Amino acid sequence: MLRYTLRRIVLLIPVLVGLSLLVFTISHLLPGDPVKLAAGPQATQADIDSLARELGMDKPLPVQYWNYATGLVRGDWGQSVLTRRPVWDDLKVFLPATLELVFAALAFAVIVGIPAGLLSGVYANRWPDYLSRVVSLGAISMPRFFLGLILQLVFAMALGWLPLGGRFPIIDEPPPALTGFLTIDALAAGQFGAFWVALQHLAMPAIAMSLSPLATITRMMRASTIEVLQQDYVLTERALGLSQKLIVFKYVLKNAMTSSLTVIGLYVGWLLGGTVLVETVFDWPGIGLYATKAIVSQDFMPVMGVTLAIGTIFILSNLVVDLLYGLLNPKVRYE
Amino acid sequence: MALLEIDDLHLFMRSFEGEAHVLNGVDLAIDRGEIWGVVGETGCGKSLTGLSVSRLVATPPARYARGAVRFDGTDLLRLDEAAMRRLRGRRIGMIFQDPTTNLNPVFRIGEQMVDVALHADGADASVLGLPSGASRRARKAAARDLAIRMLDRVGIPDAAGRIDDYPHQFSGGMRQRVLIAMALIGRPDLLVADEPTTALDVSVQAQILRLIHDLVRQDGLGVMLITHNLGVVAQICSHVAVMYAGSIVERGPVRAVLKNPTHPYTRALIAAIPSAATARGTLKGLAGSVPNLIHAPQGCRFANRCDRALPACREGRPATVEPSPGHRVACNNPAGEAA
Repeated sequence: MLRYTLRRIVLLIPVLVGLSLLVFTISHLLPGDPVKLAAGPQATQADIDSLARELGMDKPLPVQYWNYATGLVRGDWGQSVLTRRPVWDDLKVFLPATLELVFAALAFAVIVGIPAGLLSGVYANRWPDYLSRVVSLGAISMPRFFLGLILQLVFAMALGWLPLGGRFPIIDEPPPALTGFLTIDALAAGQFGAFWVALQHLAMPAIAMSLSPLATITRMMRASTIEVLQQDYVLTERALGLSQKLIVFKYVLKNAMTSSLTVIGLYVGWLLGGTVLVETVFDWPGIGLYATKAIVSQDFMPVMGVTLAIGTIFILSNLVVDLLYGLLNPKVRYE
Repeated sequence: MALLEIDDLHLFMRSFEGEAHVLNGVDLAIDRGEIWGVVGETGCGKSLTGLSVSRLVATPPARYARGAVRFDGTDLLRLDEAAMRRLRGRRIGMIFQDPTTNLNPVFRIGEQMVDVALHADGADASVLGLPSGASRRARKAAARDLAIRMLDRVGIPDAAGRIDDYPHQFSGGMRQRVLIAMALIGRPDLLVADEPTTALDVSVQAQILRLIHDLVRQDGLGVMLITHNLGVVAQICSHVAVMYAGSIVERGPVRAVLKNPTHPYTRALIAAIPSAATARGTLKGLAGSVPNLIHAPQGCRFANRCDRALPACREGRPATVEPSPGHRVACNNPAGEAA
């Protein structure tokens, strides 16, 4: 399994080369001149030329790509032409915020969706099933930003239980950076008060983002539970007296989880690429806002950096999913 | 009182077209040490009869209209679910047809066997034989030991080394052995085996049948062996019951029934077995088809295919004749030496 993992990680390289090439080409095919945009409306042609030289953007495209690609390996992901900040430094700030949001949303979706789908399948066409189906249909139909607004109205404005937005109070000292996930960093530093504050900030945006995967996981889980319950081995387990509880929560659960696992892996990429609306509503300092600003101002380097980062995380999370298959199903063996 | 007494059991099954009368007064008694073969064609109700013994038929869509399934004198159809569950796996063991689909593929076989053993021990502490205050760990360890002993008994080589293997690491015949070990781990009094060899290679079939035969003989179990193969019945059963369209038409000691088949359906069934001596093109079948059980005929359900049918056969339930002690035939115009 170690060899398999290593091989998958090595295979990441050609994928990333292809991805970077694609992003690079597309961003340079777009109409408009980012250098002109960055130089400002009053810049003369000479200013623009010197800025282009400074940024290395006067060279032929293949040379530019080569410089970019070799820079990636050294940890130099280029710099934004607008802010002149290195992309890598920005990613280090914004990416963990978004990842924390995405993983919290997925965790919520799994923790609620798997049991809900399981019970829905066990009680198919009875009231727990109807309840979960109505809720998940509603959840999948509602736009995330709209749900975010409703959550804010209820839990922040009316009840005052949760903060309206943001990631952490500006006046407070955040926990020492370790993973970049504030909740985990706070726990690691033993600051339980800070953990609670960070969790309160995380709750609403994470729930708003989790609804779509939650609904999908619930429905996948329901379908596979119904299918597994009809398998011969469940009849054998019943015939030999095992309790309904043991059959459902041990023997059926493990069989039924495989299909949901696939969905979870795919949702990592989907959520990472779609955080911008939720980040806007909740004023969450994440990669979605960062990327949107860069796209609007044709700031190529951050766009390419974000795309590569999301691509890498997506591929890695699907590798984790593939490895988890092996835990769920012994017939899946990695050589 | 026999170990298992199925008494005038009537089962209806709801379907899109209406309610089918799928078990029409099944009568059967099985005692310890007896191996009963229940034979009949697909859809005759033999599997539903077997499942009824463990009350595994879902109600609805099924409905028991009349009759009783008495196990050790208790009517299982009136038992509450918890009490019924204590019997399953402990006093009543079951084996099903396809060993490739009856073991949970994502759990080690030992894990599944240990759970069955722990359940059986929960119903009757003598299964593991531990004192009542034994810890969960001690019970698990004892259950695992018992599982290894059972695997060894059913002929799995290197049982201790293979208990942590997954089902797909075993061949079909070996998997059926595992399932037999699982069914017998609670030391049941009754074993219901629903076509346990149908899905296996012919060469393996004989081994599995011999294994079942030897094990139940050693422990004196009562067995209901559901099959459509009269050859299997002849080899290992002490008694046979022939089912047709939801009723048992002929039953008795295997020798009496096979030597002197008296119901026209039994005779047709035996005549349909091809042998090596059967000449090409002379394979015998049975004309006609099973009646629709949603609007089942009033009288004998075999009457429409029977060449000996009398007018009375179409009116009421056929009379029972007893050609020899214990050999009972539900027929108004029996063939063979009954008349």
